[in-house]
Amino acid sequence: MSTFTAIAPRPAPDATTGPLAWCKANLFHDWKTTLGTVLIGVVLLSLLPRLFAWTLTDAVWNGGYEACHAGNGACWAVVREKFRFILMGRYPHEEHWRALVCTLMLLALIVASCTRACWRPWLAGLWVGVLVAYLALMRGGFAGLRYVETDLWSGLPLTILLASLSMAMAFPIAVGIALGRRSGMPAIRSLCTVYVELIRGVPLISVLFMASFMFPLLMPQGFNIDVLIRVLAGITLFAAAYMAEVIRGGLQAIPKGQVEAAATLGLSYWQTQRMIVLPQALAMVVPGIMNNFISTFKDTSLVAIVSLYELTGAMGMAMNSDANWRPFRIEGYLFIALIYFVFCFSMSRYSQWIEAQVNKSRQR
Amino acid sequence: MSQPIIEFAKVNKWYGNSFHVLRDIDLQVRAGERIVVCGPSGSGKSTLIRCINRLEEHQQGRVMVHGVDSSDGLKAIDDVRKKVGMVFQQFNLFPHLTVLENLTLSPMWVGKLPKKEAEERAMEQLQRVRIAEQAYKYPLQLSGGQQQRVAIARALCLTPKIMLFDEPTSALDPEMIKEVLDVMIEMAEQGITMVCVTHEMGFAKAVADRVIFMDEGQIVEQNNPHDFFNHPQNERSRDFLSKILGH
Amino acid sequence: MSAAPLSPPKQRWSWSSQAFRALVYQVLAVSVIALVVWFLAHNTATNMRQRGIQSGFGFLLGTAGFDIGESLFAFDSGESYLRAYLVGVTNTLRVAVLGIVLTTLLGTLLGVGRFARNALVRGLCRVYVELFRNIPLLLQLLMWYLLFTELLPDAASAWIIGPMFLSKGGLNFPIPVWAAGHVWAAWGLLLGLVCAWFLRRRARQRFEASGQPHSMVWLPMAGVLTCTLLGWLLGGAPTAMDMPMKGEFAIENGGALTPEFLALLVGLTLYTAAFVAEVVRGGIQSVSLGQAEAASALGLSPVQSMRLVVLPQALRVIIPPMTNQYLNLTKNSSLAVAIGYPDVVSIANTAINQTGREVECIALIMVVYLSTSLITSLFMNWYNARVAIQER
Repeated sequence: MSTFTAIAPRPAPDATTGPLAWCKANLFHDWKTTLGTVLIGVVLLSLLPRLFAWTLTDAVWNGGYEACHAGNGACWAVVREKFRFILMGRYPHEEHWRALVCTLMLLALIVASCTRACWRPWLAGLWVGVLVAYLALMRGGFAGLRYVETDLWSGLPLTILLASLSMAMAFPIAVGIALGRRSGMPAIRSLCTVYVELIRGVPLISVLFMASFMFPLLMPQGFNIDVLIRVLAGITLFAAAYMAEVIRGGLQAIPKGQVEAAATLGLSYWQTQRMIVLPQALAMVVPGIMNNFISTFKDTSLVAIVSLYELTGAMGMAMNSDANWRPFRIEGYLFIALIYFVFCFSMSRYSQWIEAQVNKSRQR
Repeated sequence: MSQPIIEFAKVNKWYGNSFHVLRDIDLQVRAGERIVVCGPSGSGKSTLIRCINRLEEHQQGRVMVHGVDSSDGLKAIDDVRKKVGMVFQQFNLFPHLTVLENLTLSPMWVGKLPKKEAEERAMEQLQRVRIAEQAYKYPLQLSGGQQQRVAIARALCLTPKIMLFDEPTSALDPEMIKEVLDVMIEMAEQGITMVCVTHEMGFAKAVADRVIFMDEGQIVEQNNPHDFFNHPQNERSRDFLSKILGH
Repeated sequence: MSAAPLSPPKQRWSWSSQAFRALVYQVLAVSVIALVVWFLAHNTATNMRQRGIQSGFGFLLGTAGFDIGESLFAFDSGESYLRAYLVGVTNTLRVAVLGIVLTTLLGTLLGVGRFARNALVRGLCRVYVELFRNIPLLLQLLMWYLLFTELLPDAASAWIIGPMFLSKGGLNFPIPVWAAGHVWAAWGLLLGLVCAWFLRRRARQRFEASGQPHSMVWLPMAGVLTCTLLGWLLGGAPTAMDMPMKGEFAIENGGALTPEFLALLVGLTLYTAAFVAEVVRGGIQSVSLGQAEAASALGLSPVQSMRLVVLPQALRVIIPPMTNQYLNLTKNSSLAVAIGYPDVVSIANTAINQTGREVECIALIMVVYLSTSLITSLFMNWYNARVAIQER
């Protein structure tokens, strides 16, 4: 038993953090790690300078296709030459400003929907309003604006329109189906289950084929619907099935006690769902719904197969139509790959951020 | 005096660059001694006992267990772990194996015992903690207190010389704490060396040879239970005891 | 006086009774759906009559009238539609099965690589996953197709990798000429598998009896190889190989994989591997750290800890989403229609264009994919029930 003297904290002797310590721990920890670092380092050092040269230093940024043929780097001049065609597709050249305005409006709406401050009832009304304005402006035919039929809507605006509109329409359908699958009524439950399992079991291509080939058959004579609307319906039904599963997961995670408490307070089924269950469930599944959005965004590229020229289709059209630029298609592909990557990556980061937020609110 | 079975010599440990979690720890534990380590949360108690079987690595100083310096390399660590059994706060039983399989895993795969012998040893330990009838159940089918007793039996299957307990009853409902403490008291009476981090002061009074009070990474006071609880020498110890024993 | 048991009160059919309302809603829902289905069917029938298209699956026995670029068995334009469909199904299965095997290997390596000590390895795995996940599959397929058909040299100046040729015409490789000896080798393989099973059982029994570890992986594998080799030797050790050779315009002989098949396989594998990597990573992360700590406190080596404690628990979490990814890969193979690989969707598309039988052809596509999904779901349910961790 000795007398006690307090010891003040000291800094650590060898740095355990800081760049040098990190390198030691993560790159050169033992002989296996060091070997790996050396091998990968050698491979990267031999590949990266060549990639860098091709992409940036040796690349041809402007000029015609002769300059591109002459150079031995990437031909970004093709992108400069064609980017309006790639981005806007067959939309009339003078009216591009309308497509741009509409797309920016829609993007602003989506970003607003993603911020917590806007999660209010009037958001639904805003969606309806913006969408109506969008369709009106794109279509034209009034107030001196030239009429542009839906066949010509293409490129990036079409991608964003298809993705956001189908998600917006799929949402209420998905909520309904998720509730239906959990309902006590066997007929409703079976119908919803059959719908979800049917759609999830088949590829999107077959749904699109159904929408574009079979639709005219299913409708009475003389009842023609735009290709755009048919494809939109197909994508919506497809996305709704997957979203319904995500929402159902959220509904299942709500403890039964919540519904029981609501019942003791005298709330009806629909009141309970609307005010107690759905707000909690939906807040929980936002990351899952974002993943759905990212998938739908990527899936819009398939509509090229049913002759709607969104971004991928527009690019194909732009490149294949001009024989001079044909050898440089890979640069075009890389350009739109970059666009898709930027969109999808930001959406997935946002989704991870939301998930962290939700988890934070659950920690004590 | 015989060689101490556990020895800490000027042990220092940091988390990151600035959090000095163990400060100049000097400690000697004799064979057969029962030690209770207590102190406020964040004082480094868990880190201290986890340094014994090298679940945590210290940066300065020396930790010797049964004559083996555990920073000597992988073989030394294996030697130490064969002699030291550990019981965790969260039980950490393997949910995909039955209780019996949980117990025979290490003897068969590390101890190279034949299956029959391993099972006999396992049943012996299960009887010792009075839970032999649950041998073929899965861990998640048992209550918290039962799971922790199985965890103790699992550690005992290694026939360790030293048993470490890291807050073994903190995750249990109150009515289950007694059954685990009873098992630990029985073990203590059979002469095994025990180092136990716990808030259960009743257990300390009943069983401990020495109580070690830690605060801010240092051993503030160590004494036999009677003197520690009735005549704490240090203001910090008095402060802590008033909080623990007050209610 | 004893009270007679009371019968339950009679069901009162009124709006306030929940059971009654539920019944009404369901009847309403079913009738609405039935009405819609009838309406659509009626329209379809009318329209088909108008266009002069008969319905029914009889057309399947008619002559196809088109050639198919590649198939596992012989097919020419004189064969029936049904046979064409079979070619499509086998083509889909070919790319799906191979794709599933390759993507599992690659994805597992990437997923485990996220936990490697080496920060470069971790970083590269992360970059791979983010890159391949965020670019649409169709775009990736188009790029790979471009690579395989434009950036590879012509057949005349094909790349030579050992006995194989890689060119715009695809990958040509030597295949053994089928002889009786190969049948013997196949029997040897079968026998070897049975032997391996017995060897494993015996090794396990000896381990349990004595505590000494016995080889449970290498010895059985060696057994399989030896038996196959024996069978091959007994069959006369046929070594004749059909070697690809540079012909006048193309590479002749040998087995061939078309650029379409290669582009589809590579694209699907690399895309799906990114998702498989995330699934594997999630599974390994789901096993709490305490399990590994307890295992090492018990003295188990890192390999033993992984094999006996971490991996069994991780697999339970990994298998369900993994089978989902397998299904996705199979469904995504339908994008073959964009690059000209004759899978079942592509052939159905051709059939629709030729016969106008949209309903039947699309129904056939859906049947093929739905049965795959159903079989996989059944397997998954069985597996989940079998390995479920027993709780209270």
